[in-house]
Amino acid sequence: MPKIKTYEEINQKLKQGKAVVLTAEEVAQMAQSASPAEIAEKVDVVTTATFGAMCSSGAIINFGHTSPPIRMEKIRLNGVPCYEGLAAVDSYIGATACDPENPAYGGAHVIQDLLEGKDVVLEAWGKGTDCYPRKHVRTRINIDSINEFTLFNPRNAYQNYNVAVNTTKKMIHTYMGTLLPNLRNATYSTSGELSPLLNDPDLRTIGLGTRIFLGGTQGFVVWNGTQFHTTRPKNEYGVPVTNAATIAVIGNLKEMSPEYLQAVYYEKYGVSMFIGIGIPIPILDEDMARRVSINNRQIETSVLDYGTVGMPKLEQVNYEQLQSGFIKVKGKKVRTAPVSSLAKARKIAGELKEWLEKGQFELSKPVQIFPQNTSLNSLKETEVEHD
Amino acid sequence: MIKKRYILNFPPQSGDKPLSYQLVRDYDIRINILKAEVYPGKRGSLLLELQGKKENIEKGVKYLTEHQVICEPLDKRIHFQEEKCIDCGNCTAVCFAGALTMSKKNWKLEFDKSKCVVCELCIPACPLHLFEIDFR
Repeated sequence: MPKIKTYEEINQKLKQGKAVVLTAEEVAQMAQSASPAEIAEKVDVVTTATFGAMCSSGAIINFGHTSPPIRMEKIRLNGVPCYEGLAAVDSYIGATACDPENPAYGGAHVIQDLLEGKDVVLEAWGKGTDCYPRKHVRTRINIDSINEFTLFNPRNAYQNYNVAVNTTKKMIHTYMGTLLPNLRNATYSTSGELSPLLNDPDLRTIGLGTRIFLGGTQGFVVWNGTQFHTTRPKNEYGVPVTNAATIAVIGNLKEMSPEYLQAVYYEKYGVSMFIGIGIPIPILDEDMARRVSINNRQIETSVLDYGTVGMPKLEQVNYEQLQSGFIKVKGKKVRTAPVSSLAKARKIAGELKEWLEKGQFELSKPVQIFPQNTSLNSLKETEVEHD
Repeated sequence: MIKKRYILNFPPQSGDKPLSYQLVRDYDIRINILKAEVYPGKRGSLLLELQGKKENIEKGVKYLTEHQVICEPLDKRIHFQEEKCIDCGNCTAVCFAGALTMSKKNWKLEFDKSKCVVCELCIPACPLHLFEIDFR
């Protein structure tokens, strides 16, 4: 009879400081000599983490009301446009938003400036109504002056991601970094065996309400992420071999640390934000133990040509090869480089492990699991009559 | 024998003297030009690798300086805000000279400035814009 642990039992052990917590790298190492049954017996929680650019991120901000009040119908923070269609003084600033005149400073930078305690210039306009007579405001705000400051990211922590190469004769600038011509480099962005959604590929424990490490504090998984795709081809270890599932996450920015959120600007691409996410995976049974035992050799991904329209797949490689520094593409030896920080991901996995060991972090069982058998629509363009 | 890279900035009037020839002949220095930008009548910049006896290289650098050439070790001209680095690896993707690499042990960025060829690709490739090189 396979042993089954409940969330309650694991939480009890965590509270008593008796739980065994390992990082996903440590458990992959352990799995070299231990069976899933033995791991399920010995280990209670495995921590996973990632620190990479996640463009679909942003912050909900409530500015507070002026007197007399204004219904903010056009909003700029340090010149960056924010969403104006949320009541009078609520807004959402997307990480990738920017003023086209100043493309290297965007929403992510505004979020970071606020997080670091800097003043940010708020300018807003309204048409002036009986309830909201004011038509214009220009003032400074900071993290203490605003009410809610909530990180809400519609798509984070991709389950696996492609490797980017460029077969053309021209250098190209992408969110996967600068791709040199003629297959001179290859970039990859996942933390491999440490990556959250690769350690629970069927999302048995990661669902609505899962408590996570987010930006240095405790946050939550609040929905499946956008472009949530669960029917990608999987390899023999049950891992999708290209970008598949995603999560939407939320957390209190006022509790976060600039160490785990970082605004970035990619030349000739645009602004994005590195987000630090750590997810604890409870080892409920032998199946979960088998899942978290996965190692870099067993995780494969697709090498795509970012220089060619349609991004054809050229090769399938594993993370052991990627991390070795070289892969073979079309018979050619190609140098690899990461574009997400494994060093920082390890730090997050370690920090989350410490929180768990100290009984400061309670595991939460998903309130609801995410949909199965999903795939994606592309945007089909149809003829639209002119008025 | 030592090997060291220098950035040389030539003033507009220096184009008429065969300075690098003197380095070879008088100081027995092997020179390797890794990068050159010459704008006649305006200025010139060189990335030069000097190989030779330590004292000869010192004499050679002194000789260049006496001829109004600004001559500085390469690493003094490379500015990298290491404390802000997040070890993402983007710069290593473009560094074909192998100066910027990820440590396989802790996956932190390692920067061996002596291998830099001043291609300057890391400057735009770094998403935090932590690199600056004074070449010109």
